[in-house]
Amino acid sequence: MKITLKVWRQQNGKTPGNFNTYTLPDVSEDMSFLEMFDVLNDELIRKGEDPIAFDHDCREGICGMCSMYINGRAHGPLTGTTTCQLHMRHFNDGDTIVVEPWRASAFPIIKDLMVDRSAFDRVIQAGGFISVNTGNAVDANSIPIPKEDADKAFDAAACIGCGACVATCKNASAMLFVSAKVSQLALLPQGQPERHLRVKKMVEVMDEEGFGNCTNTGACEVECPKGISLDHIARMNRDYLVSNIVD
Amino acid sequence: MALSGLFLCTFLVVHLLGNLQLFQNDGGVAFNLYSAFMANNPLIKTIAYVNYAFILLHIIDGFYLAAQNRKARPQGYAKVDQSKSSSWSSRNMALLGTIILVFLIVHMKSFWFEMKFGNMPVTTIEGQSYKDMYSVVVEAFSQPWYAALYVVSMFAIGFHLYHGFASGFQSLGIRHHRYTPAIQNLGTFLFAILIPALFAAMPVYFCLKNL
Ligand code: HEM
Ligand code: SF4
Ligand code: FES
Repeated sequence: MKITLKVWRQQNGKTPGNFNTYTLPDVSEDMSFLEMFDVLNDELIRKGEDPIAFDHDCREGICGMCSMYINGRAHGPLTGTTTCQLHMRHFNDGDTIVVEPWRASAFPIIKDLMVDRSAFDRVIQAGGFISVNTGNAVDANSIPIPKEDADKAFDAAACIGCGACVATCKNASAMLFVSAKVSQLALLPQGQPERHLRVKKMVEVMDEEGFGNCTNTGACEVECPKGISLDHIARMNRDYLVSNIVD
Repeated sequence: MALSGLFLCTFLVVHLLGNLQLFQNDGGVAFNLYSAFMANNPLIKTIAYVNYAFILLHIIDGFYLAAQNRKARPQGYAKVDQSKSSSWSSRNMALLGTIILVFLIVHMKSFWFEMKFGNMPVTTIEGQSYKDMYSVVVEAFSQPWYAALYVVSMFAIGFHLYHGFASGFQSLGIRHHRYTPAIQNLGTFLFAILIPALFAAMPVYFCLKNL
């Protein structure tokens, strides 16, 4: 396949960036999107040029590192898919593909397609923990948890912190991510002691970090590679309201 | 945003039900009595002031929200394709709201301001004299440009509420696998289609009648 890439190049957060165009005459349709970048980078390095910086780690759809905004959509044209799991057979011979970094003031650009997502870490640090007694490990089944609740909590915990929700949201809002982190604990008995404090703290830090406000467009749910549901946003809104009224 | 928006939705229903009396073929008697009642009843007056407060709050909050959200992404994407992930309405709430705001200003000037401070024509019903709101409305609606403005604005309200009504519930954390689809249907069929259509029918009716 012949693929033309228009890739965002930017030295660092302080210098302005621009698009560079690269033509790859012989892309295999079995390559993943990232493998295509490996090939391109290999070529750039041989030519003595600066390779394109992009994040990646597991390359099996579970770590959330591979942030790329491809042809106007987070992680490209497929739903429920990270960039590393996107294969070139979903494109056509002769396509021009525009690749940009996640764009949000809370995700400053480090270089090229790489952004700093540590704002997510700070949100989690603000409340994503529970109190446990130190000493012997508690027996796994000593606290009964209804299967349905466990399933819902598990669904929330599937969030891999990739930031596609922020990237795709027209408001650069992090509500889907934060609500997943709030929900996975709010749904379990172990999460109850800090339930109110947690939601308030995490929302506070989310706002401080400069994420936008949710207007319920629902784009995050569609683009999330892990299918995190808007149910969690509603639960977080509910918990936030209740905790502000009660405390 | 959600509280003020949903309050305005209930207002819209009441406002529509009252105004449907325009269609009564009685030369405006019912409508004028209704409009005098609305202007003088102390309870209605209080609710009206609450309503003004909510509208102002909604407008200010809305523009503030839009400004904050723009700041959250200072540099936009060169290529964006959100058509597959969200509705057009949901992405253009501030634009739709601004159209509604322009409409509201014209609307309030024509009727609310005239009723309160203007030189109203007078009509006599059962020996008592009343401000003849009916003829003011009919005259305004007879002008094609005025009727056209109303129709366009009702489209804007329709699209605003197509997203807004259900969105208000989500913002308040009200979401349930059984009831949320019903709320969405109510938002679509009642608030986005039926109510704007009935409102738009009023100017269209009087405009056509006058042709
Ligand atoms: C005066 C002009 C108006 C302006 C400037 C305006 C502006 C806005 C804005 C910017 C939003 C927000 C957010 C979003 O993107 O979802 C919004 C939401 C909303 N608006 Fe309006 N609006 C106006 C009039 C109205 C009217 C007349 C109604 C109802 C009859 C209404 C009902 C709603 C509802 C229910 C929401 C959703 C609230 C939420 O999602 O929490 N608006 N409006
Ligand atoms: S909610 Fe989905 S899109 Fe957002 S960070 Fe988690 S996995 Fe990624
Ligand atoms: S590289 Fe880990 S999810 Fe794509």
